[in-house]
Amino acid sequence: MVNGIIGRKVGMTQVFDADGTVHPATVIKAGPCVVVQAKTAQGDGYEAVQLGLVEGQPAKVGKPLAGHYKKAGVPPTRVRREVKLAAGAEAPKVGDQVLASIFNVGERVDIVGHGRGKGFQGVMKRHHFGGGASTHGSMFHRAPGSIGASSFPSRVVKGMRMGGRMGGQQTTVHNLKVLKVDLENNLLLVEGGIPGAPTAYVVIRKAIKAKRIKVAQVEKPKKGKK
Amino acid sequence: MGAMELVEKAQLTERPAMKSGDTVRVHVKVREGDKERIQVFEGVVIGQHRGGTRASFTVRKVSFGQGVERIFPLHSPTIQKVEVMRSAKVRRAKLYYLRALKGKAARMKDAARQN
Repeated sequence: MVNGIIGRKVGMTQVFDADGTVHPATVIKAGPCVVVQAKTAQGDGYEAVQLGLVEGQPAKVGKPLAGHYKKAGVPPTRVRREVKLAAGAEAPKVGDQVLASIFNVGERVDIVGHGRGKGFQGVMKRHHFGGGASTHGSMFHRAPGSIGASSFPSRVVKGMRMGGRMGGQQTTVHNLKVLKVDLENNLLLVEGGIPGAPTAYVVIRKAIKAKRIKVAQVEKPKKGKK
Repeated sequence: MGAMELVEKAQLTERPAMKSGDTVRVHVKVREGDKERIQVFEGVVIGQHRGGTRASFTVRKVSFGQGVERIFPLHSPTIQKVEVMRSAKVRRAKLYYLRALKGKAARMKDAARQN
């Protein structure tokens, strides 16, 4: 099957362990998705599938896109995302359904989505500049300070950190634990926060760095002395 | 039912209706090593914070002349049960003013019993 699925952030809540420990959790409406296009090694140079998130009414799309969906024989969707195939798995056919069932409880997932836009922000918030003293007559509070020397080089070097648009960029949160998979309602519960505001579209995929996570190992008996 | 309620419903536990000003006995499970026992915390509810599984309540008691407040998550599995002992007539939801009062001044009138 495939490696990921499209979802929509619902909001955050908390989950109790049996011993009363509280875990922060995000609820994601994950799927149902349909395969809109299958990318093949011969035709596209790589194997992947394009998924569409099925929600309520079919989306209103322009003629070129309508043709794309007609070819797949599925109603148009608002969002499409490309996901990779699971290693060694059979490629799903166009029109196949993909559900949250590809994930298991306890598994690690990555969430890809766009973070909240912060608008035009100064250097203190955007680049963690220190700023000046608020008091003692400092007269230098949140300004960036010098942005370069004078006659040489007579320009501002490229990449100088300044104020500007912040946030709203694609962000990936790695290795979140799946706490619950509710197939009946297509809901996924992951531990921790994910990018974006509630209703934001995200891609949930199997963690690519999961191997690096330390799992509690059974202590090995020490060699030698008893 | 919204997706949020669906997820939270499984977590909710039955708790008695509480109000600010109620004197309650909270039976808390305490782990000591691998043994578990029940500890009772008795005091006045001085505030509640609603919100699905995230709901909590604050209980205040005076222990050996020292005011002690504990905030309990309402639906925590560590709370075995909550008993409401008596209710007092109070006129606000958060009884933070009790922190400044002690002894006779911190007494409250019993609420008129319903039914």
